[in-house]
Amino acid sequence: MELVAKGVYYSDLNEQIKQIAQTPGEIDVKEVLGHRYIGCGLTSHTTLNVFGTLGNDSACYMDGATLQVYGNAQDGIANTMNDGKLIIHGSCGDIIGYAMRGGEMFIEGYAGYRVGIHMKEYYEKIPKIVIGSKAGDFLGEYMAGGRIVVLGLGLKDNEEAAGRYFGTGMHGGAMYIRGPVCEALMGGEIAKKELDADDKEFLTQTVADYASYFDTDTSEIKIDEFSKYQPKSARPYGEMYVGE
Amino acid sequence: MKKEGEIRIPSGCAISGILNKNGERINGEDIITSIELMRDRSNGLGGGFAAYGIYPQYEDLYALHIFYDDLVSKASTEDFLNRHFEIETAGKIPTRKKKGIDGEPLIWRYFVLPRRFKLHESELKESEYVARCVFRINGHYEGAYVFSSGKNMGAFKGVGYPEDIGRFFMLETYEAYLWTSHGRFPTNTPGWWGGAHPFTLLNWSVVHNGEISSYDANRRFVEMYGYDCTLQTDTEVITYIFDLLLRKHKLGLKQAVEIMATPFWREIALMSEEDQKKFEAIRAVYSSALINGPFSIILGFEGGMLALNDRIKLRPLVAAEKGDTLYVASEEAAIRVICSEPERVWSPRGGEPIIGLVEGRR
Repeated sequence: MELVAKGVYYSDLNEQIKQIAQTPGEIDVKEVLGHRYIGCGLTSHTTLNVFGTLGNDSACYMDGATLQVYGNAQDGIANTMNDGKLIIHGSCGDIIGYAMRGGEMFIEGYAGYRVGIHMKEYYEKIPKIVIGSKAGDFLGEYMAGGRIVVLGLGLKDNEEAAGRYFGTGMHGGAMYIRGPVCEALMGGEIAKKELDADDKEFLTQTVADYASYFDTDTSEIKIDEFSKYQPKSARPYGEMYVGE
Repeated sequence: MKKEGEIRIPSGCAISGILNKNGERINGEDIITSIELMRDRSNGLGGGFAAYGIYPQYEDLYALHIFYDDLVSKASTEDFLNRHFEIETAGKIPTRKKKGIDGEPLIWRYFVLPRRFKLHESELKESEYVARCVFRINGHYEGAYVFSSGKNMGAFKGVGYPEDIGRFFMLETYEAYLWTSHGRFPTNTPGWWGGAHPFTLLNWSVVHNGEISSYDANRRFVEMYGYDCTLQTDTEVITYIFDLLLRKHKLGLKQAVEIMATPFWREIALMSEEDQKKFEAIRAVYSSALINGPFSIILGFEGGMLALNDRIKLRPLVAAEKGDTLYVASEEAAIRVICSEPERVWSPRGGEPIIGLVEGRR
C-alpha cells in the first residue's frame, strides 16, 4: 500500500495510516515533509516505510511496529515508545527516545541533544538506542534503564562522540560510547566501567545489526574501543534534601 | 485592551530565515512557504517578517513603519515626525484583504531623514537621534507604535498566522536578500499587532522562539543605557541588548554571543589561561547581559543574519546551505520545502552561533 503525504495535513495522513494498519501489512508513505505523529501507537503487524523528513513526535508510544525512515527525522521521535523497531536512514533532532520503555532504534548518522532522557527498563523489556556517529549534549540524562550505544563512525578531528553533560542524573541502564568524550564535563552520577563478556557479546551483535540495517562496513569498529558508563548509584539524589 | 507587559505571555513559536550571501534578492514567497509549513507551531495570534534590501530607491532614508490605533494618534504623531524629520514621502503600507486577518490598525510608512538643525542641536549621532525618536513615540504617543525604523529594510507583522500576515502585506511584491519570519504561539495574549515579532530597532530585527527567565536582569541593564522597555517582552529586550553591544559598544557579533550565551563556569575552568581571563572579564562586566532560559533567535541586520540557541539548547534550530544561500529554521522540513536538495544540513550546538554575512556589506 502506498500513500503520498505531500499536501495532506498530518492528522488526515495519520488517519489514513491508522485505517490501513487495521489489517497486517506494509505501508509506504512518500514525500513526507515534517508531518507529525507518524507511526504513533502502531502495533506489531505493520511495517511503515517513510520517505522524506519525519516530523516531530513521530513513533511516540509505538507498540511493536517497524518504522523505517529514508531521510532525516526531526525532534521528539519515539517518545515513550513501548515496542518495535525504528530504523532511521539519516540523522535526527533533539529529545529522541524520551522515556522509551521498550523496542529498539537505530540511527545511521548523528542524533541531537537529550537522547534517551529517562529511558527505563523492566525485566525483559530493555529499550535500545544505537547512534552511528555522535550524539549532542545531555545524552542519557536521568536515564533509569535501557542501553544507549554510540558507534563514533566518521567523526572529524576534534569531534566528540557524545556532547557535554552526558549521563547527568543517570541512575540505571548503561551507555556504550566509542570515540572521544569530555569526561570532565560528564554527569557526576556516572563512572566508567570495564566491559564484561555480556557487554562484548551485546556490542558485537549491535554492531552487526547496524551494519546489516544500513548496509555499511563497520569493520573499523573494535569492541574494546567502547567505553561503558554506568551510574554509581541507583538513587543519586536520595540524600539531596537530607541534613548532613 | 491590555497591551504586552500587562499580561504574561509564555510562547512556543516558529522561526525561519533565508539569506543570500551575494546580496541577490528574492521575493517573499519562499519565506511565506517556509513559515507556513510550521503552521502548527503557531496559534494565529501573531506572525511577522523582516526583509532587508527592499527599498533600494530610498536606501539612505530611514523607513518608519508605524501602527496607529486611530486618526487622532496619527495626527499627533505626524506632528512629532514633522518637527523631527524631513519626510521624503509617506503613505499607507499596501495591504490586501485576507481571510483570518482583521482588526488591523492604520498602517503607515514614512521615508525620513532627521531635520538637520534638530540633529545638530541634539549633539547626537544620527542613528541615536532616530532611536530616541522611536522611543519617544512608542513611550509617549498613545495609540502609535513604530515597529520598524531601519534603512532599506522593514518589518511586517500583525495578529494572525504568519502566512496570512505575509499575504496581507503582499510580501510577494517585495524583494530582499535577507528574510526572517516568525509564527507565534502565546497561550495568553491581548492580540495586539505591535506585540508580534520581529522586534526591531534601527537596522536590527529579532525573531525569537522561547522565553527568557533573565528578563528583569536584562531589562534593568539596558534601561541604564536609556532603553525604555515599553512592551516588557523578552524579545524586545534581546533586540536592545544587541543594539547596545553591537552599535553602542562596538563589539563584534562573536563577542556579543560570548556575552549573551556565555559558557558555564565549569566549561571555562577547562579553557586555556587566556580564554579563562577573557570569560572571567566578560562575565564580570556583562553579567546582566547574559540571557538565561530557553531561546532560539534570528538577528537580522544590514550585513546578514545571526542565529543562536540558548546554551543548553532548549529550543530547536536547524541550518542548511545550498550555493550562496543560508537557511535556518525551527524545523528541517521548513527548509526542505523551499530547498529540495541542500548541500549541508546541521544543527548548531547550544550557544554556538550560525553567522551568515553578505559580501560587501558590514
